[in-house]
Amino acid sequence: MDIGLLARLLREPASMARLTPAEWDVLLRQARHASLLARLEALARDAGVLEAAPARVRTRLESARIDVEQQQRLIRWEVTRLRRVLAPLRAPVVLLKGAAYLHADLPAARGRQFNDVDILVPAEALGDVEAMLRGEGWVSTVSSAYDDRYYREWSHELPPMAHKDRQVVVDVHHNILPPTGRLRPDARLLLAAARPLPESPLRVLAPEDMVLHCACHLFMSGELHKSLRDLGDLDALVRGFAGGAGFWPALLERARALHVERPLYYGLRFAERLFGTPVPAQSRLAVARVAPPAPVRAAMDTLVLAAMAPDQPARPRRGKGLALRLLTVRHHWLRMPPLMLARHLVHQALVRRTDGG
Amino acid sequence: MRLGELPRRDLAARLERRGVDLDTGAFIVRLETPIAALVGEVQSLYRDYPLDEGGGLADFHVAVVSPPGPLGIRRWWRQQATVILDEDRPFEPLPVDMAVPMLEWSINWCAATRANQYVMIHAAVLERGGCALVLPGVSGAGKSTLCAGLALRGWRLLSDEFALIRPGDGALDPWPRPISLKNASIDVIRRWAPDAYMSMPVPHTNKGTVAHVRPPADSVRRARESAMPAWLVFPAFEKDTPPSLTPMPRARAFFRLADCSFNYPSLGIRGFRTLSRMIDGCDAYEFRYSSLDDALGLLGALPLPTPAA
Repeated sequence: MDIGLLARLLREPASMARLTPAEWDVLLRQARHASLLARLEALARDAGVLEAAPARVRTRLESARIDVEQQQRLIRWEVTRLRRVLAPLRAPVVLLKGAAYLHADLPAARGRQFNDVDILVPAEALGDVEAMLRGEGWVSTVSSAYDDRYYREWSHELPPMAHKDRQVVVDVHHNILPPTGRLRPDARLLLAAARPLPESPLRVLAPEDMVLHCACHLFMSGELHKSLRDLGDLDALVRGFAGGAGFWPALLERARALHVERPLYYGLRFAERLFGTPVPAQSRLAVARVAPPAPVRAAMDTLVLAAMAPDQPARPRRGKGLALRLLTVRHHWLRMPPLMLARHLVHQALVRRTDGG
Repeated sequence: MRLGELPRRDLAARLERRGVDLDTGAFIVRLETPIAALVGEVQSLYRDYPLDEGGGLADFHVAVVSPPGPLGIRRWWRQQATVILDEDRPFEPLPVDMAVPMLEWSINWCAATRANQYVMIHAAVLERGGCALVLPGVSGAGKSTLCAGLALRGWRLLSDEFALIRPGDGALDPWPRPISLKNASIDVIRRWAPDAYMSMPVPHTNKGTVAHVRPPADSVRRARESAMPAWLVFPAFEKDTPPSLTPMPRARAFFRLADCSFNYPSLGIRGFRTLSRMIDGCDAYEFRYSSLDDALGLLGALPLPTPAA
């Protein structure tokens, strides 16, 4: 299946040296849409092909890198603010996703776009964390009572907040998957295994947990258009950690303990397909034991690859819309029991209708 | 080949199928639209722009399309237009009459959010005798009117919205584009230059009535000729007051300029150094004016700047 120029060049950055101007045109647009333009810049620099690229291409890639550097500055600054405000908290605060990659100085942070800071705290500390943030000027970004309740009762995070003087959104999580869903990892295990950061009271997830969180986020979250970027995170994380002794057995063991073997299976499968992520044969076999039955596997392959394939602007590829819709249905199905789902969808439909007036 | 030389039918076909790559100076803009009503206006406003022959690598990709709406009803009833930038649709659809202003705002938006190779200032830029005049402006200060007034009487237009400062040498790269006029300015400029081409005014946009003036052909032809900044003039239109040009301290001009920048914070030290150098090489003024005649006279007589020691 054609998964686009972008996927090919993410896998083989050196072949950027052979692109025609028209191919660059397509590639840069696909990369921008997937939030991977600055990642592409980092890959091109590493592969030594940036200098040989047309001047216009270099300019655009460098411009994207400057934006990401600014985003990373803003994220670092926001984390210092959180650190200060949450200092009195008698509970661990764990940075998640991008902010964690950045502070742990992982390769996954290179050229990565950022929009928000995600943290994980024990469920019983949520009230204190929210009160501390509100006391220092953070406000909810959610305006409707329904949305507020949705977050508090049915999701694994507080309604997103942002400081009134800044634009960085802070998501406070108490787990990595919603409590209403079918997969329910025990957040206490994640918190207990979290690692300290040098010269900081904040923590990050253990390497295996970081990979598993990324895999869970990949196909369980609603943001499918960002899934290629998330898959790139998974690839960079695995490549970064795979050198460590015992990483693979520990990863598989941990996936079992947290009951997230299926997301790991999908994550590795698609990272391998799209990014050429190296997975040892033995581990691949072990992961394959939790594969879904063949028809489901085939369906997911088709849907995910179709949904991820970036298309030509203004001319959506046939089938992509349908694939996205079906994956959204799956996402909702995994997230909530049927009755709750029905209620949620009816509400959303009504809201959309009133808004669209 | 210039856009105006393409037969209308060919242009319509290209806009609908693969788009045209317009060389606008600082950026190559790919324009696509299946909306027939837009073709004539695009051709008139962009008549003098060369088509890029660089092999299909554009900087910005802007498609103006008509969303079909529920059951395709919008195709024939209250047709709308919306803009697709790459795959994103950053703006709400608007009535199709607003397609031209929407197109112009979208192209501006692309530059403002993506062109960190420059320190970008929200300002009009004109040039005379090799010296550039920079007119930074908050909305309503009369920047665009002043810009159109000067550009249509002997000054070369570099841009009506963007001062694009190169961090390397401090020169300003031109980006001549149709000049956007609002409300009362439309008639002022019509009287000022009755022969200039102006697009059909569009009422009821969120900025009021809007029309665009075609940039002078000479400015478009010289779109690769950069210029060094010489004068930094902060305009303020004030009805029925005598014109005044008051020198402004450099430190103050610096902060006013940084305030008008789209990307000053992102550029860090590079932004600071670039603006410092620009301020040191320019004379800065506060400028009150109530008529274009006064402005033309006073700004045309500005002395060469005395660079900071």
